[in-house]
Amino acid sequence: MTRSWMRYAILLAPLPLFLVASYVLPFFVVAKWSVTDPEPGLGQYIRIFTDPTVQVVLIRTLRICVIVTLVSVTLAYAIAYNWVFGPPKRQRLIEYCVLIPFWISVLIRAFGWLILLRNNGIINESLMSVGVIKEPLALVRNELGSIIGMTHFLIPFAVFPLASALRQVDPRVPQAASGLGAGRMRIFWTVTLPMTMPGVLGASIIVFVFALGFFITPAILSGGRSVMVAEFIYLQLFQTVNWGLAAAISVVLLVIVAALGALLHKVARLDKLVG
Amino acid sequence: MSANPNSTDKPGRVSAAIVYLTIAFLLMPLLAIVPVSFTGARYLSMPKGNWSLRHYEALITNPVWFDSIKLSLGIALASAAIATMFAVMFGLGLWYVRNRFSTMLAALVFLPMVMPPVVSAIILYFFETSLIDIAPWIGFDSIGGVILAHVVVATPFALVTFMVSLSQIDRRIDMAARGLGASLWQSIFWIILPNARFGIISAAFFAFILSWEEISVTLFITSFNVVTLPRQMWNGMRDNIDPAIAAISVILISLTVLGILGRDLWRWQRARVAKAA
Repeated sequence: MTRSWMRYAILLAPLPLFLVASYVLPFFVVAKWSVTDPEPGLGQYIRIFTDPTVQVVLIRTLRICVIVTLVSVTLAYAIAYNWVFGPPKRQRLIEYCVLIPFWISVLIRAFGWLILLRNNGIINESLMSVGVIKEPLALVRNELGSIIGMTHFLIPFAVFPLASALRQVDPRVPQAASGLGAGRMRIFWTVTLPMTMPGVLGASIIVFVFALGFFITPAILSGGRSVMVAEFIYLQLFQTVNWGLAAAISVVLLVIVAALGALLHKVARLDKLVG
Repeated sequence: MSANPNSTDKPGRVSAAIVYLTIAFLLMPLLAIVPVSFTGARYLSMPKGNWSLRHYEALITNPVWFDSIKLSLGIALASAAIATMFAVMFGLGLWYVRNRFSTMLAALVFLPMVMPPVVSAIILYFFETSLIDIAPWIGFDSIGGVILAHVVVATPFALVTFMVSLSQIDRRIDMAARGLGASLWQSIFWIILPNARFGIISAAFFAFILSWEEISVTLFITSFNVVTLPRQMWNGMRDNIDPAIAAISVILISLTVLGILGRDLWRWQRARVAKAA
């Protein structure tokens, strides 16, 4: 018995040992910075909730995340709905148009938006050559750029959970509603949407969590003008060299993500109950 | 209209319109890169009669680009190999041992997947800077350090992929092998792994892609010595935008599209063979 345990330990041990050394222990050291650097105490945490510079970044991050979540989950719902219930040709088109961007790197996608949105980019130049505008519109190097790029990145991530929620809807339920005389809009608002609400919540949490930690897209598309929390951590580490604050914000971010993860777990179970 | 029950859950015109607009939104930035990559100008611009392949050429002739491509390939291959080995061993362990302890280990192993990338980045930054004096070959701004970080980030995803394929294996084939006298290792190497080969290949492929395009963590743990392809793209995007980024982007987008089409073709072929048999 003990010998067979040893054999399984050879399989099970290496990865956790590697991660404890390279990830878990260093995490605790970083967490320790948040209460020791530059001086022992909860100063850095107090700063997060009082310092106006940090507050601006946190409120901006929250605002961008809420907008991005609302827009991308709404658009993703329309896509998922058509993916599940649409005509076969449209289903195939949707499948490719969701999968292709999904597999393309975050850098390339942000770069594509940069080409479209910058001052001498495709959108501004065509609008100016037609004469609609005289001055280029500020589409990038601000919050709008970040919101567009992040929404683009996150739509596919919302489509997958929403499509799986929609697939679980028993087609006899909307049919029954229809038999009782409900029109298409009424069926959607009173039957299909409520039945897929756990999926909507789940997709929203996933998108929101992703958006909270977003770094590359806002850094490229806001050009350092509207810094979000992840880029703020980077700046604290490499420019301001305030490791304590970077660590404290990381810990707060982690607590929020863990809480949302627990919520997602609950919603996912609810989803199973409904399905 | 309510007489036909099938028509009620079919999407209407409004939702179809939203879908086509969203699809345009999803594809637009990818398509926009294509013409720009063929500009003859030295700066990022739409070609106006001056179409040229010079920026594609630069990917090979300019050592800054070519070296970073080679480096990223090497790092991605090494990371994928190590991540797959870790994932296969641990996945097999979980397949055999199901108790409270192994569930706890699994939760630990998935940590890097659920953490915000920036938190992983700050952790690995600290870990690798503290290795500079003891083990510089896996420390900050070293190739080994980048491989190590990519293994940390990619292994959970490789593990999920491998475990999905393991879960489809009938446990009785292992019992049959063991009952006929095979040792644990014989059963693993001759029975389980060959049956899970597609899972292993997918896990390795996934880990390769994750390492190949990794940027958030790489940005924290490298500076001047180790410039991977995404890091080079990042550098080239910050101030004067280098049009070579457009060229490499078009190549990578084309490979992605070909990969997805190829996978579908392969599935379709397999389905046809299965039908014929």
